Amino acid sequence: MNPTNCKYTKDHEWARIEGKIAIIGISEFASKQLGDVVFVDVPQVGTELVKGKTLGVVESVKTVSDIFAPLSGKVIERNAALEGEPAKVNEDPFGSGWMIKIELSDPGEVSDLMDVKEYEEHCAHSEH
Amino acid sequence: MKILEPLLFELSVDGRRGYTLPKLDIPESDPADLLPATYIRKELKLPSISEIDCVRHFTRLSRLNYCVDVGFYPLGSCTMKYNPKINEDMARLPGFANLHPYQSEGTVQGALALMHFLEHAICEITGMDACTLQPAAGAHGELTGLMIIKAYHDRKRNKTKTKILIPDAGHGTNPASAALCGYQVVSLHTDARGGVDLNDLRAHLAPDVAGLMLTNPNTLGLFDENIEEIARLVHSVDGLLYYDGANLNAIMGWTRPGDMGFDVVHVNLHKTFSTPHGGGGPGSGPVGVKKHLAEFLPSPKVTFDGKKFKIVRKCKGSIGPVRSFLGSFGVLVRAWTYIVSLGGAGLKDVSSHAVLNANYMMRRLQKRYALPYDRHCKHEFVLSGKPFAEKGVKTLDIAKRLLDEGFHAPTIYFPLIVEEAIMIEPTETESKRTMDEFIEVMLRIADEAVNTPEKLKAAPIKTPVGRLDEATAARKPDLNYFKGRGSPPGNASV
Repeated sequence: MNPTNCKYTKDHEWARIEGKIAIIGISEFASKQLGDVVFVDVPQVGTELVKGKTLGVVESVKTVSDIFAPLSGKVIERNAALEGEPAKVNEDPFGSGWMIKIELSDPGEVSDLMDVKEYEEHCAHSEH
Repeated sequence: MKILEPLLFELSVDGRRGYTLPKLDIPESDPADLLPATYIRKELKLPSISEIDCVRHFTRLSRLNYCVDVGFYPLGSCTMKYNPKINEDMARLPGFANLHPYQSEGTVQGALALMHFLEHAICEITGMDACTLQPAAGAHGELTGLMIIKAYHDRKRNKTKTKILIPDAGHGTNPASAALCGYQVVSLHTDARGGVDLNDLRAHLAPDVAGLMLTNPNTLGLFDENIEEIARLVHSVDGLLYYDGANLNAIMGWTRPGDMGFDVVHVNLHKTFSTPHGGGGPGSGPVGVKKHLAEFLPSPKVTFDGKKFKIVRKCKGSIGPVRSFLGSFGVLVRAWTYIVSLGGAGLKDVSSHAVLNANYMMRRLQKRYALPYDRHCKHEFVLSGKPFAEKGVKTLDIAKRLLDEGFHAPTIYFPLIVEEAIMIEPTETESKRTMDEFIEVMLRIADEAVNTPEKLKAAPIKTPVGRLDEATAARKPDLNYFKGRGSPPGNASV
């Protein structure tokens, strides 16, 4: 189930916004489409992200995909556990499979993201 | 980690030699008098070992390798068929093997004749009118073919052509080639029978479509029954139809891309026409085209005026050279040998047996593995390891377990549209006995997946190395062998 307290992008990233901070990961839909994740590459703390630009890379047994920044801001924390256990992205995409925490540079961008209802409609459309 | 084989540097002992030079029979000169000082080295950091140690080192390494001459190699989409040794004999004929690309035309008439006849054979097999042998691999052929498509639209000054349609079952190289050629890639859905979804094709059909790339049979091993309608639709907007020849092994002598309506085709000599591949090549991906595209083929071209073969360098309308010289010539000799030694009827038999073998294996394996598209397949088929998901067993575990049983693993996780995909291509050269052995092992592994899944999770245990972390090895390669082992032994330095 997609948590209601997250916002989503059409590329299947999620962001949980807490004040000026956002926690970012990829959705369960994305992790299922990718298959078993074997490598996650996320930016170092301090990196400035621009909304819509590549944030990092996730590699699965099937494919290698870019992850796009759902929002702009500075990386203040990264999930180091993913280096040793990338499978967390499959097991708990909205929990221990989170990727980075950023400090928002433009909180106004949040309104561009989809809420859970819109996102689930988008997913239903993406499946075939 | 256990050391499988020491490096030559570790085998090195100062003063040991694998050669003796004959006595100098010319006046000795000092290299310092002949070469600039910057090129003179006092010490050569090369390993010093005896001939037998060197021979054993490389022979031991070669025995760690698995190849089609050792065992069954059911790698789908790759057509890893046996390469008859007569192909090798012909490629080693001194008249072919010792050629130099700068030799004059008059001294290479035999080689040019072989290329000329091979072009004709490829045109005959694919139903095309003209052909280039230059591209060095399948993906290179794709790029060449797309450049020809682009040249066609450019010639018509049609600037609206910006998109290439590619079914979601296509090879990953298709969108890569189209993007490299400057086209926008549009993915088409696959229908319930495993073919191109015609409604989706119609929905994307517009004047901006430059072409459609199709593998037929596709990567599910299924022949697209609507190919004539697909061709009609694509041509109705002046789009061109590109045939990815990776699966030509399924249809040789039975039907031809040209007869299906394709305008451009690449074939993989290293797959269908039985020349060695894997491990980086060399491959060969000739491109055939219909008459209306012939002028765009790469230059230089080999021509024949009835008396002499010529290399024509200036060709009007050509997209220009796509490779140095005229192609992977050694591969061309092997492919030509294969084609003429089998003949037309033989090639038709190749496809019959490839298809028969695949259907036999599919029907037996279907009893324990999921078969997402249940219809007669062509030369390969795609199963799914999904039934074992509840035991925590993945397709990867099944593939790794096969290694313990002495088989090369099939292609896994491709095509992308099948979950936990296992793609098997036996090829025509395998006997029923070999296929039965593989099937029995696959059925036993299915039992293990249910009863002792931990056995699959631990596999492989019999191979020289166990399960490797390939993703980290590729992304964070540790290239210093001596890190953590102290300095290199002997006189070596790296």
